[in-house]
Amino acid sequence: MEYLDFELPIKELEEQLQKCQVIGQESEVDVTETCKQIEKKLIATKKDIYKNLTPWQRVQLSRHPNRPYTLDYIKALCGDSFLELHGDRNVKDDKAMIGGLGKIGDQSFMFIGQQKGYNTKTRQYRNFGMANPEGYRKALRLMKSAEKFGIPVVTFIDTPGAYPGLEAEERGQGEAIARNILEMSRLKVPVICIVIGEGASGGALGIGVGDKFLMLENAWFSVISPENCSSILWRSWEYKEQAAEALKLTAKDSKSIKVIDDIIKEPIGGAHSDREKTYLAVKSAILKSYDELKNLSPKDLVKKRMEKYMDMGVFKG
Amino acid sequence: MSWFKRKEKGIQTTTEQKKDTPKGLWYKSPTGKIVDTKELEQNFYVSPEDGYHVRIGSKEYFEILFDDNKFKELDPKLESKDPLKFEDTKKYPDRLKAAMEKTKLKDAVRTAVGKSKGKDLVVACMDFSFIGGSMGSVVGEKIARAADYSLKKKIPFMIISKSGGARMMEAALSLMQLAKTSVKLAQLADAGIPYISLCTDPTTGGTTASFAMLGDINISEPGALIGFAGPRVVKDTTGQELPEGFQTSEFLLEHGFLDFITHRKHLKNKVNLYIDLITNQPIRE
Repeated sequence: MEYLDFELPIKELEEQLQKCQVIGQESEVDVTETCKQIEKKLIATKKDIYKNLTPWQRVQLSRHPNRPYTLDYIKALCGDSFLELHGDRNVKDDKAMIGGLGKIGDQSFMFIGQQKGYNTKTRQYRNFGMANPEGYRKALRLMKSAEKFGIPVVTFIDTPGAYPGLEAEERGQGEAIARNILEMSRLKVPVICIVIGEGASGGALGIGVGDKFLMLENAWFSVISPENCSSILWRSWEYKEQAAEALKLTAKDSKSIKVIDDIIKEPIGGAHSDREKTYLAVKSAILKSYDELKNLSPKDLVKKRMEKYMDMGVFKG
Repeated sequence: MSWFKRKEKGIQTTTEQKKDTPKGLWYKSPTGKIVDTKELEQNFYVSPEDGYHVRIGSKEYFEILFDDNKFKELDPKLESKDPLKFEDTKKYPDRLKAAMEKTKLKDAVRTAVGKSKGKDLVVACMDFSFIGGSMGSVVGEKIARAADYSLKKKIPFMIISKSGGARMMEAALSLMQLAKTSVKLAQLADAGIPYISLCTDPTTGGTTASFAMLGDINISEPGALIGFAGPRVVKDTTGQELPEGFQTSEFLLEHGFLDFITHRKHLKNKVNLYIDLITNQPIRE
């Protein structure tokens, strides 16, 4: 288990608790009471820390190395029914963007999402969750295939951004994302988007236009990462905390400015602290959203979706 | 004097106890692994030691895909004509006749409908042994008719490609089969009927430039050669050394043209899993 800097008091208490339990097992001393007290304190500390997380702390949580990634969710939701599909039918199979069919209960869904790695090797293999144009084109191909057969689409967003590479530009990163945004706005099947970790900019929106746009409690969503924002506006990497604050990138803030529809609660300690609970919360959020959408005609669905995006933006005059 | 002499008299072995006569038929895979043909057959014609997928034809694929090898063949009697009076080292009709005699097939594709895991599936499977699996009017027509059957009965459609490309002996008529089959697939697509393309070793030329690459999913077996221009042509034209694994199914997966590669023993399961998922039906065990 890895701890973030603001989680250190928790780490301390958990270590104390462990020691206490070991003493209890190895000696005659009755430690039940002490253990209980530490546990109580641990719960209180956790509550205290996680209730008052700053935006920057949430950004850190969203990047926690133990946090579940797209394939973890899909496998937890679909089990053996998941069939991964590859390729953009053009230049490449992008490992940073995965997709395929799977079932939740008796309903098929087309799942699409950015995928990050678990260690140095797989992080490189997945290009740190930064998709190339072929990733967005693969995503679109799968969405169009789902549309053809009337299968609803679920996307998991978890990216520090679309890959800013030379070849990505040559192959039209901007065009690929733009095409996806346009096509997703008129896809004739329900589209449910969930930010599970990082939701950075166009890279996120390239698979993030839908009827329902949800966010996990400790995910972030904005036009830029706080580090890059700090470097551009403050001309230094040092102001990431302020940038995180200013960007209003948390789930709660995103909801208050109405760029997202709902927040999916995470267990205390973040998604990684109780994966099963997180998977269940995501599953019920997907099914609830799908229930609300499944009876709409394709025409109404698209109309409503388009209207939703027409309402975005704040201005006067 | 004989080498062996039967000492005991009156030995009577019942039929069940008799050992199989050795068939003397072994298969040697390209890496030199040797396997008994019987064992090869039981292992879905995959060499067990090195996983080499042996080239097989419609007979074997039907056996793998259809429950209890039960199926109804569609248009089994369609045969080629010789509209261009084509002659190379051999007259086309003679070539056809020789191919028919050698393979006991009528042409380079067989189409059939049957149950796969309990549900109807239409399969068009090419035979490489018949003039290199080349696509002429008969192949085009049989595929088009099989697709029509799918369309009318709303049954998922699958083509197993195994072909060197269009049939030169039918020249432009054979080229037009690319268009003919693609037109049918467009109709299938409009009707929302799933079409699965399985590219097997080899899938080249006109097949890749038509139905082989047009599946709702394109899938393949390990190590299959798939490409438009064959490796020799590419090499001779460009003068470049080809990268390792060029035009293998793994190469195509990496370059985004295949949805997945499957071992032959999982083929039936994976194809039906896809059908159940994309048609939103309960998954068959």
